[in-house]
Amino acid sequence: MGFLKRFFSNGGSKSVAKERLQIVLIHDRADISPEMLDGLRRDIISVITRYMEIDSSRIEMDFDRADRSVAFVANIPVIRIKRGVAPLRDGEQL
Amino acid sequence: MDSSGVQSRVIVITSGKGGVGKTTTTSNLSVALARSGHRVVAVDADIGLRNLDVVMGLENRVVYNLIDVVEGSCKLSQALVRDKRVDNLFLLPAAQTRTKDAVSSGQMEELCSMLREEFEYILIDSPAGIESGFRNAVVGADEALVISTPEVPSVRDADRIIGLLESMEKAPIRLVVNRLRTSMVREGEMLDVNDVLDILAIDLIGVVPEDDSVVKSANRGEPLTLSDSSPAALAFQRIAARLAGDEVPFPKFDEENERGLLAGLRRLFGKKD
Ligand SMILES: Nc1ncnc2c1ncn2[C@@H]1O[C@H](COP(=O)(O)OP(=O)(O)O)[C@@H](O)[C@H]1O
Ligand SMILES: [Mg+2]
Repeated sequence: MGFLKRFFSNGGSKSVAKERLQIVLIHDRADISPEMLDGLRRDIISVITRYMEIDSSRIEMDFDRADRSVAFVANIPVIRIKRGVAPLRDGEQL
Repeated sequence: MDSSGVQSRVIVITSGKGGVGKTTTTSNLSVALARSGHRVVAVDADIGLRNLDVVMGLENRVVYNLIDVVEGSCKLSQALVRDKRVDNLFLLPAAQTRTKDAVSSGQMEELCSMLREEFEYILIDSPAGIESGFRNAVVGADEALVISTPEVPSVRDADRIIGLLESMEKAPIRLVVNRLRTSMVREGEMLDVNDVLDILAIDLIGVVPEDDSVVKSANRGEPLTLSDSSPAALAFQRIAARLAGDEVPFPKFDEENERGLLAGLRRLFGKKD
């Protein structure tokens, strides 16, 4: 009945290993490219400043690892929300 | 291009983590390629921790080493150790009493161009890690083989190395999964080849099972591919053939990478082939 056990459970240490690797590598790969993080930062600032005035000198961005997932966390201090900004329509560029 | 007009290939055998099988792979692939008629040199770029000579069983015939060549203390031909068991196989040993800083990237590149004039295959056994020793081993290479065992630290470090090799524009970069234990894979207690490929997303060139004969052959200084037909020997032969451009199928679903319906059904019914 070995095959039934294998089929119905994925409890071996292998699945844990795979999951942990997938998560740690998101982190590792994000760590090795400061250029990518810079680009992301610039893009996020340009989107957000359409809607609000922010203190771009105090932005914090990082990858946080929760149990089973990775979260991209950005802390962006808001100075003032702008009024009456229409969202971009499909295909419209910033 | 070597002297007979064949395009030379410089292939670095590397890994992130140490002790995963680089030296074993270099010696076995060198022997296998030479036995199939290619002119091969195995280069030990693990300066200060010379190992390839003993694993290949050539330690008693080492006179000069890689550092002597790059420093001009001897001619390349004087440092090359010819393997008497196989035609067309040579070893360029590392220095044992020097440190990695004894050689620069520029010198390694120059050395590789010299070797290209003599050999068809130049296999470079690299040190572990990502420091200068790694860069020196890699700098003159066209292609890379990355060795990883199916274990978390090894795969993680392989990912890092692959990133570095990509940024250095080595191509192709192909993966050898070493020390796969089929029984553990069957029990769900070891990453299988597809798991590793999913994670690393590079091409597989072969899978080498865990095999006691690897240790025995290193004890004797007789690479498995000299004669043996153990599972690891066959695996290294297949890798050598793939390296040389042959289409060699990947056998046994849980030993090598067999995707598709048949493999899935076999797995479902727990068939041990
Ligand atoms: N497929 C294998 N089966 C069993 N033992 C292995 C296998 N591959 C490598 N080894 C053993 O693992 C150890 C490290 O291998 P080595 O090739 O020296 O690694 P590296 O050069 O990457 O440090 C050696 O003792 C070797 O005999
Ligand atoms: Mg080694």
